[in-house]
Amino acid sequence: MIRALSITKGIHDWLFSIMSENAAHLVEMILIALVYLAIFAIAGLFLVLIERRVAAWFQLRIGPNRVGFQGLLQTMADALKLLSKELTGTEKADKFLYNLAPYFVIITALMALAVIPFTQDFHAFDINIGILFLIAISSIGVIGILLGGWSSNNKFALIGAMRSGVQTISYELSIGLSLLTMILITGTLQLSEIVEVQKNGWLIVQGHIPAIIAFMIYMIAGTAETNRAPFDMAEAESELGAGFHTEYSGMKFAYFFLAEFINMFIIAAIATTVFFGAWLSPFGITESIPLLGVFWFLAKAMVLVFLMMWFRWTFPRLRVDQLLTLEWKYLLPLNLMNIVIMALIVWQNLTIQF
Amino acid sequence: MSYFSDIYKGIKTLLTGMSVTGKYFLTSRKGAITQQYPDNRDTLKMFDRFRGEVIMPHDEENRHRCTGCQKCEIACPNGTIEIIWDRGIDEETGKKKKKIDQFVYHLSMCTMCGLCIDVCPTDAIEWGQNFENSVYDRTALTRVLNKPGSKLMPGVED
Repeated sequence: MIRALSITKGIHDWLFSIMSENAAHLVEMILIALVYLAIFAIAGLFLVLIERRVAAWFQLRIGPNRVGFQGLLQTMADALKLLSKELTGTEKADKFLYNLAPYFVIITALMALAVIPFTQDFHAFDINIGILFLIAISSIGVIGILLGGWSSNNKFALIGAMRSGVQTISYELSIGLSLLTMILITGTLQLSEIVEVQKNGWLIVQGHIPAIIAFMIYMIAGTAETNRAPFDMAEAESELGAGFHTEYSGMKFAYFFLAEFINMFIIAAIATTVFFGAWLSPFGITESIPLLGVFWFLAKAMVLVFLMMWFRWTFPRLRVDQLLTLEWKYLLPLNLMNIVIMALIVWQNLTIQF
Repeated sequence: MSYFSDIYKGIKTLLTGMSVTGKYFLTSRKGAITQQYPDNRDTLKMFDRFRGEVIMPHDEENRHRCTGCQKCEIACPNGTIEIIWDRGIDEETGKKKKKIDQFVYHLSMCTMCGLCIDVCPTDAIEWGQNFENSVYDRTALTRVLNKPGSKLMPGVED
């Protein structure tokens, strides 16, 4: 179940030599959990910094460049500030749910991170229903948002949470269907198998036209899933204060904030895995060095993250009715049509293979 | 079939928007509008329309254009401008004539509304671009705009 990197092989053997099998398994799981938590924190902070710099460049500004070289430590300092802040809340809040909500959001983000194949051996949980697991997990995240909005006892927070619910439930359909289109080529849900299939060319090349349509639909729906602009009605600043996390402060707010950015990374990572060959290098140029897979994976994911940032700083926010029109009248019928086209292509063997 | 043409138009306009912001993204490092203020203090040039403070320009012979008509004092909504004037003998005509002694400007009370500058018939005062006005004592913000020993520029009143 747990495939460790070759460097960690030594640690694995050493752990099993000094303690009983069950204890060793437990320690190993905790170690892996800690590694993923570290990845979560570092990636989250790094993405916030990138977002701020990219946003600044889009708006002809400079962005944070004072703390550390080119502002590299800026988000670190922000996190420290948030850690030291007082946790305030509303008097009539449902305290239990109010405190629970950030963990829902953050745990789902972490669970989704576990199945992502960073490289051949850096893959914590290679489950045989990988894509299904990812889709299921990404929709649990919205429960955290709904809980947060409901329990804050604040009408703006509630409106934000309800909008988020509407949005996530609608757009999940598109995410699922666009990934299903690609599953028709791969014939498997397991992420490592999906990567294997792409050794004959990335799926976006193999599936050509319907794959490109599926990718576009996936990116639109993915942006909506993460509640980012232009679909950020859940936290529309100009209408709802800060939406569902209006009443959160300090570290609880930071959890929501970090989870949003990690979700963005996860959406980009799924797209990388399903459409762009995960850790496979272009034309197999670095196939002999397996560790470079991490580099390729992150590079592809970063390009897609940049694309989502580009969306955010270009497009104006949609109204609720426009949002639902886009999903139910355009994306969904197109998606269903696309699946039929893809099925025909796979049936007639019209995929492009190298 | 407006359904498909709508989709085509939608994608096209979205891409147009993205190309605009993409161009900004690529050129932003050259054309950034952010001023990194204390670092570029020596080279910083404020914009012509920036309202920093009211100044009274003098020419090289220490002459200003203020006739002491007090229109600015009347126009000022919060008593920022006080004109202390006197009657002196005009050198050319030998008649008694009104002239300013001190043009007192309380920067601490000024809201930068610009009414005094709009109302001035002789363009004697204008906007200055200096904004570094922090002092420890607010009396330091009370300024006399006409330089000592300055005189009215000839020909202003004609």
